[in-house]
Amino acid sequence: MNQFEYIRATEQAAAVKALVKDANTQFIAGGTNLIDLMKMGVAKPDKLVDITRLPLKDIKKTPTGIHIGALALNSQVAENSLILQHHPVLALALNSGATQQLRNMATVGGNMLQRTRCGYFFDVNMPCNKREPGSGCGAIGGINRMHAIFGASESCIAVHPSDMCVALAALDATVTVLGPKGERRMPFADFHRLPGDHPEHDNTLQKGELILGVDIPDARQTKNVAYLKVRDRTSYAFALVSVAAVLNIEGGIIKNAKLAMGGVAHKPWRLHAAEASLIGKQATIDNFKQAAQIAMQGAKTYKYNEFKVKLGHNTIVQALKTAASVA
Amino acid sequence: MASKKPDNATVSDELLNGTRRDFLKQSSVLTAITLAPTGLVKAAESGLDEKIAAVFEKIPVSLTVNGVKHDVSVEPRVTLLDLLREQLHLTGTKKGCDRGQCGACTVHVDGKRVNSCLSLAVMHDGHHITTIEGLANGDELHPLQEAFIKHDGFQCGYCTPGQIMSGVACIREGHANTESNIREYMSGNICRCGAYPNIVKAIYEVSKGGQKV
Ligand SMILES: Cc1cc2nc3c(=O)[nH]c(=O)nc-3n(C[C@H](O)[C@H](O)[C@H](O)COP(=O)(O)OP(=O)(O)OC[C@H]3O[C@@H](n4cnc5c(N)ncnc54)[C@H](O)[C@@H]3O)c2cc1C
Ligand code: SF4
Ligand code: FES
Ligand code: FES
Repeated sequence: MNQFEYIRATEQAAAVKALVKDANTQFIAGGTNLIDLMKMGVAKPDKLVDITRLPLKDIKKTPTGIHIGALALNSQVAENSLILQHHPVLALALNSGATQQLRNMATVGGNMLQRTRCGYFFDVNMPCNKREPGSGCGAIGGINRMHAIFGASESCIAVHPSDMCVALAALDATVTVLGPKGERRMPFADFHRLPGDHPEHDNTLQKGELILGVDIPDARQTKNVAYLKVRDRTSYAFALVSVAAVLNIEGGIIKNAKLAMGGVAHKPWRLHAAEASLIGKQATIDNFKQAAQIAMQGAKTYKYNEFKVKLGHNTIVQALKTAASVA
Repeated sequence: MASKKPDNATVSDELLNGTRRDFLKQSSVLTAITLAPTGLVKAAESGLDEKIAAVFEKIPVSLTVNGVKHDVSVEPRVTLLDLLREQLHLTGTKKGCDRGQCGACTVHVDGKRVNSCLSLAVMHDGHHITTIEGLANGDELHPLQEAFIKHDGFQCGYCTPGQIMSGVACIREGHANTESNIREYMSGNICRCGAYPNIVKAIYEVSKGGQKV
């Protein structure tokens, strides 16, 4: 690991100021992604600003929903009674990611900003437009089994690896950030971006901006939720494909549906058209299959990830069956 | 989870080369002398802790390990794992992958299990750390240590300190009530010898026993 300076922020505004002041400075929270990347030589900050002592750990009710501070630990969110009661799909998603040891360190903000697990991105001897703009993409003609089938570009086909973010996208969360010019809010769906010509930018966060937290709007409570993650081993592996499903079912009729996928795009992939196809329909396997069909339209595959189209379809159907308790 | 190094690189290094640990111990003493902090503390800006260290400078850190308070100074890039092993000579905590992928480095920080390889030592100022060396009560082994012996929960033993630290936390968290829960909540601890069935038995027995762990 390169040497770097270390400072500890005790106030939010000071943290933002410290980041704006020097070109190559980064925040550090749980460190579970950043330290790994620094060891691999992928991240080379000259200075780290430790934000773990900022008071951004609350998980609390607000007039419009639930607020989760950016420094709340992944394990704390997953076990929080408000979350379990109101948004169990978020707890399911969190618990399917990493391990208890990592979730005890990982924060909500850090989880949102974790970088792709594309092997070429991690290997500094390989070309990668995300790590080294203009160097090419190792994955497009290489081993791309884990890579995107939606929204990719000529310059990058990486996927965002987070499970938590898939649930937050389905729950219509918003993100609050603090920058040099003050606070701003954005829909969770607008936080991450597609790679386009600038895969070096994973998201729309501006220089110096600190994530303060996310807000999940109130929604009718439902037990009809599922987070289904398909991976190479039963636990402790990133998703090949994952699906978050939240349904409101009354008298067998689907009144509302929210669906998002992980492992398929550079950002959590919300399935609006598939959701619309379900509303007003009965919770039947045929209707779930139709929704899955709609969701997978327009998928573009590469040499090694063609399997994700069928897997994605089946994962959507299975997640909907689980959520609706339809055998 | 691509890793260029096989994740046993550090393991075999240490097993094959018995002098490595001594060398590291010596060299860390030397660096401590040559890099003794000079003008360490810079003027504090408001809202930033005064502990600002320039590159090459060491930062004072005060932390409690197994009930003993230590005042040390470390370079910012030193991980908690390296501090424990190389400066405090607590070599019970193991380095397997050094990347959060194996669990050999599991310790408790303020009661929570974490991977010490992915955490900077400077970030633990004021924290309470428990390592495998802090688990026994004098000569009396911790119940889970006893259970690992009884059930043959290890072969080479390299993953064992991490397994036991993780297992104790797993029981305390209430995640050891069924064997399948144990498997899920222990998935962060990889055992190359494949001692998993016996590890699960040991943890389940202690958890069922209901004694305070
Ligand atoms: C072996 C392994 C397996 C894993 N498996 C999974 C998995 O299956 N599913 C999954 O979803 N994740 C998985 N993860 C990833 C894990 O969830 C992330 O590493 C973690 O969430 C990152 O959070 P952190 O607080 O440790 O971030 P850090 O490493 O501290 O920071 C990550 C980035 O976020 C920035 N940052 C952090 N907080 C803020 C903030 N408040 N404002 C602005 N910037 C900020 C930092 O500057 C840095 O660039 C795995 C990780 C490992 C090591
Ligand atoms: S897919 Fe993206 S992250 Fe992977 S090598 Fe190509 S540019 Fe880099
Ligand atoms: S040494 Fe493997 S997880 Fe820390
Ligand atoms: S790695 Fe040998 S006992 Fe687990």
